[in-house]
Amino acid sequence: MEKVKLIAKSIREYKKESIQTVVIVFFEVILEVLVPFIMALAIDNAIKPKNINLLIIYSVILIFITVFCFIAGIFAGFSASKASCGLAKNLRHDLYHSLQAYSFKNIDKFSTASIVTRLTTDVVNVQNAYIMIIRTLVRAPIMLILALILSFINNWVIGLCYLVVAIFLGFFLLFIAYKAHPYFATGVTTYDSLNSVVQENLQGIRVVKSYVKEDVEVSKFQKISNKIFKLMSSGEKIVAFENPVINFSIYMMMILLSFIGANLIVKEGTMSTGQLSSMISYAWMILSTLILISMIFVNIIIAQTSAERIYEMLTEKPDIVSKENAVKEVKNGDVEFTNVNFAYSSNAEKLVLDNINFKVKSGQTVGIIGGTGSSKSSLISLIARLYDVTNGSVKVGGVDVRDYDIQVLRDSVSVVLQKNTLFSGSIKDNLKWGNPLASDEQMIHACKLAQADSFIQQFPYKYDSYVEQGGANFSGGQKQRLCIARALLKSPKILILDDSTSAVDTKTDSLIRKAFREDIPHVTKFIVAQRVSSIEDADIIIVLNEGKIDDIGTNKELLERNPIYREIYNTQTNKGGKQDA
Amino acid sequence: MPNYQVSKKKVIDNKSTFKVISRILGYVVKYYKVLFAVVLVSIIISAVISSINTLFIQKLIDDYITPMLENSSIIDTKMKELNFALLIMAILYVIAVIFSYIYNRVIAIISQGTLKHIRDDMFEHMETLPLRFFDTRTHGDIMSFYTNDTDTLRQMLSISIPQMLSCIVSVIFSIIAMFILNWILAIVVIFLTALIFPITRLLVTKSARYFANQQRLLGKITGYIEEYTDGQKVIKVFNHEKEAEEGFNQINDELAYSATKASKYSNILMPTANNLGNFDYILVALIGGILAIKFNMFEIGTIVAFINFTKALINPIGQVSQQLTFVINALAGADRIFRFLSEKPEDDDGFVKLVNCKYDNDNKLVETSEKTNNWAWKYTDKHNQIKYIPLKGDIRFENVFFSYNPNKEILHDISLYAKPGQKVAFVGATGAGKTTITNLINRFYDIQKGKITYDGIDIKDIKKDDLRSSLGIVLQDTNLFTGTVKENIKYSKLDASDEEVIAAAKLANADSFIRMLPNGYDTMLYGGGEALSQGQRQLLSIARAALLNPPVMILDEATSSIDTRTEGLVQKGMDALMEGRTVFVIAHRLSTVKNSNVIIVLDHGHIIERGTHDELINKKGVYYQLYTGAFELE
Repeated sequence: MEKVKLIAKSIREYKKESIQTVVIVFFEVILEVLVPFIMALAIDNAIKPKNINLLIIYSVILIFITVFCFIAGIFAGFSASKASCGLAKNLRHDLYHSLQAYSFKNIDKFSTASIVTRLTTDVVNVQNAYIMIIRTLVRAPIMLILALILSFINNWVIGLCYLVVAIFLGFFLLFIAYKAHPYFATGVTTYDSLNSVVQENLQGIRVVKSYVKEDVEVSKFQKISNKIFKLMSSGEKIVAFENPVINFSIYMMMILLSFIGANLIVKEGTMSTGQLSSMISYAWMILSTLILISMIFVNIIIAQTSAERIYEMLTEKPDIVSKENAVKEVKNGDVEFTNVNFAYSSNAEKLVLDNINFKVKSGQTVGIIGGTGSSKSSLISLIARLYDVTNGSVKVGGVDVRDYDIQVLRDSVSVVLQKNTLFSGSIKDNLKWGNPLASDEQMIHACKLAQADSFIQQFPYKYDSYVEQGGANFSGGQKQRLCIARALLKSPKILILDDSTSAVDTKTDSLIRKAFREDIPHVTKFIVAQRVSSIEDADIIIVLNEGKIDDIGTNKELLERNPIYREIYNTQTNKGGKQDA
Repeated sequence: MPNYQVSKKKVIDNKSTFKVISRILGYVVKYYKVLFAVVLVSIIISAVISSINTLFIQKLIDDYITPMLENSSIIDTKMKELNFALLIMAILYVIAVIFSYIYNRVIAIISQGTLKHIRDDMFEHMETLPLRFFDTRTHGDIMSFYTNDTDTLRQMLSISIPQMLSCIVSVIFSIIAMFILNWILAIVVIFLTALIFPITRLLVTKSARYFANQQRLLGKITGYIEEYTDGQKVIKVFNHEKEAEEGFNQINDELAYSATKASKYSNILMPTANNLGNFDYILVALIGGILAIKFNMFEIGTIVAFINFTKALINPIGQVSQQLTFVINALAGADRIFRFLSEKPEDDDGFVKLVNCKYDNDNKLVETSEKTNNWAWKYTDKHNQIKYIPLKGDIRFENVFFSYNPNKEILHDISLYAKPGQKVAFVGATGAGKTTITNLINRFYDIQKGKITYDGIDIKDIKKDDLRSSLGIVLQDTNLFTGTVKENIKYSKLDASDEEVIAAAKLANADSFIRMLPNGYDTMLYGGGEALSQGQRQLLSIARAALLNPPVMILDEATSSIDTRTEGLVQKGMDALMEGRTVFVIAHRLSTVKNSNVIIVLDHGHIIERGTHDELINKKGVYYQLYTGAFELE
């Protein structure tokens, strides 16, 4: 119920249309039920007694009713469409909006494929169900109630029978829903895997084709499409009981009605033929309403699952939010870690970072080095508050990062992620991520610092050249340099490069660092690298080992006293070093 | 309301609608011949019984109750007759219910099964498409075919089509009954009813256009979500949430606009058909009544019966009109699906195959089913003569011209050769055409002019799969799939033993880091190996190529993301890997190309220099400038 409420919140400005639809449908149904009712009167009172004038009067009334019905129907159709499409629009908007508030931890929880399914397939399922609910599901109970009332007026015993059958069928439908729901729920969730297989295939199509593994991919896909088939058809097979059971109940009622009716009329004389034929048409009305419900039933059960999945995303709590009265300015690029412990989940056994302490002054360059899994990336992600520390504190400009307005903090701390992404659009579009108001000169300047200008100038359209999805039309080194330029455009107080020059040759790499030294001397620079040459001239070098600081010092100091650093240094500078890690 | 572009093209005309519908039904019939027949028969039987029911109710009063009321002497016999009739009806009802259950159950299999087959066919077809197809579309747009577009068919297959079939049966029944009763009135009713169709068609055409647009935009929005969500962390780092949302909202609003229009037009179909039906119903009563009363043309009873039949005729039409929304939407989805399915697959006119072979006693090369690790090209010439050419790895370019699109030439008159075991390196600035050359060897793209030969055979004559199996490629963007480390290495050779996998990993120097992973070779990788560093991912992809053990290797900046320390290790492994193979290297760092047999310097698609490292240094040309750092390499 709470879920329905939350999703209903997204109706917002389309509440008017939704209510309008329900009201119009209400009148439409009543008028529609009146048509055969009046027609019966016309037959009995005008046609049978051969009264032409009365027939014309009845006809005119009927035509008026039909015209009203027509207009009401069109309005209902219009407002229902507006309401359901509007709900879908708002839901997509709300989902995307809440996604934007997610922290890294939240993002890690959902795969891209799953988010895609939730924003498309699941929203469409809810949209379809919604229009059915406000148009059909409103219609059905009204018809049902009207039919029941009319039959009670006619003959309360038979009316009671109808009521019992209707209630029985109602519970039966609920039972079917209860039984079928798990299948549809798993089925819809499997769409995530479907999307993910297709997505991986698209991303790796060159590998697939190079190794002639199309068959492998096809069988991977078929496994999932088959799973969807099995689940969905099992669900629908359960729902398949619905129609026959409804039909059976109604048919049996017809037989009983005919039998009892004939006896009542002929033998007891307590019923008229007119009453009997009315009772039969009410039975039909009940039948067609129930069938109407059963037809949209699958959609509603599926939508229920989709709604749950939407709900899950909407209620995912961003675990990093700005404090009230947050600090709105980062004074300088000082960074201080005090007794920092960190783990990705609170119940993890092993700490990813263990008791980290260090202090950096504005403008210093910090190199961070260490083997794979030494938590270099985790360490720097705490500075921009991409994750929150488990214990201890991280201070930037003398203030705990948790006290800043997040946007302010991240504007001042520019991170070039290891897994970086360029987006489809022009080079300029991508650079403007750093600063939407950047002038051409600023962009060129940033690119010059990042040593990207020279290759951009070689493109026919220069800064207006098109970047394909994920920067697929650029080499690894070019992508990295564009990402650095993008980060520079933010004019940050702290710049963090997480293994961001790995694909750039040593010479260009050193040119980039030289440009940093000369052009942005006041910016604190963190450089995470695998290459010693990228960090050897740093003011401070932090050697990380399995989440702990092994040593801090300059290149010279570390070479003298730190065995880990010395080993890395030796293997990289003279090729005769140890062969294996 | 902003003015969105909606294609003015008529998406649905009679011919294309018919085509799409018959293609969908073609699917159903192709995979479910028997079941579909069962469904058809079951639907018809239960619809016929339901029509009989309508007739019976009619008769109940006229043939049994009224006579009994008029003549009390026949009550007992008539009652017996009635009871008997009721018994027969009860039996018929039970039959109807059984068949109704059968078709409801079978249709669950048919409809979901058809969706499965359509999805499978799309995927299978997608795997045959040329790279050009993938390079010109967003991933999300393609993903949308499998979900948004396929899903539109669900309701149509499982509910709309069966319902239409059963409605057709009741309509036919009513028409026949009317003709039997009175053919003049029948014609009048049919004429009036027929008026519903042109109006319906107009609405269908209108809404079809918007539905087509809706499906297109669903593809577009999927593309946006997929691309931006993949880069969600970058969005966070750049505080770019607002801009991402704005871009999203723009497509979302456009989508809502088209969806609302589509839905509006299709949702007035039901009231239109229903109420036009009711008009018929009233007109029949009025006209029939007047004709009967004033002109005594018919019996009153006939008119009453006719009114009821008219209701029986228009009810199903109203029911079908309710389903039309789904049908039109399905047609829009199906149109996209079938267009996707008719994308042209990669050209493959190759007839030369790669086969296992051995030398027989006469020292002649013969084909064998044994795994000899000796390979040969099986060349069947015009006269059906079979020739076996040993696989060596000799690749030549003869005056090759190439462009991705007609107005921009990428490669101009390229001629080069790589003898078996030679190492050829390409250097040159960005856009010089280095990567393009490798795209041509494995026929990701086809050349426009000239010839590329492999062991003397034009590569156009070699079957693509066989050509590609003889090439090992390490791309600069490594792609790992969800699965274990071992599975990812084995991707190139599925039947490789664990020992082979480990040997390949050792060769690429990946073994040591893999052993340090939590579950070693059985560690699961997700999201393209997110948990690994870029260098480690690349080592895995080198191991993958090493396992394949091909005669020709193409390395596209393969060592670029590995730190110098690892690179030293990899270099050694690579040297071992390159031993005895023809190798094409797209160089990033000059240190990796120094020991090549030939270095080719490319500039804007032209070869401007070629030679060994020493020759080119002595020449003091572009390569010399690159090497001494006067130019930047990329």
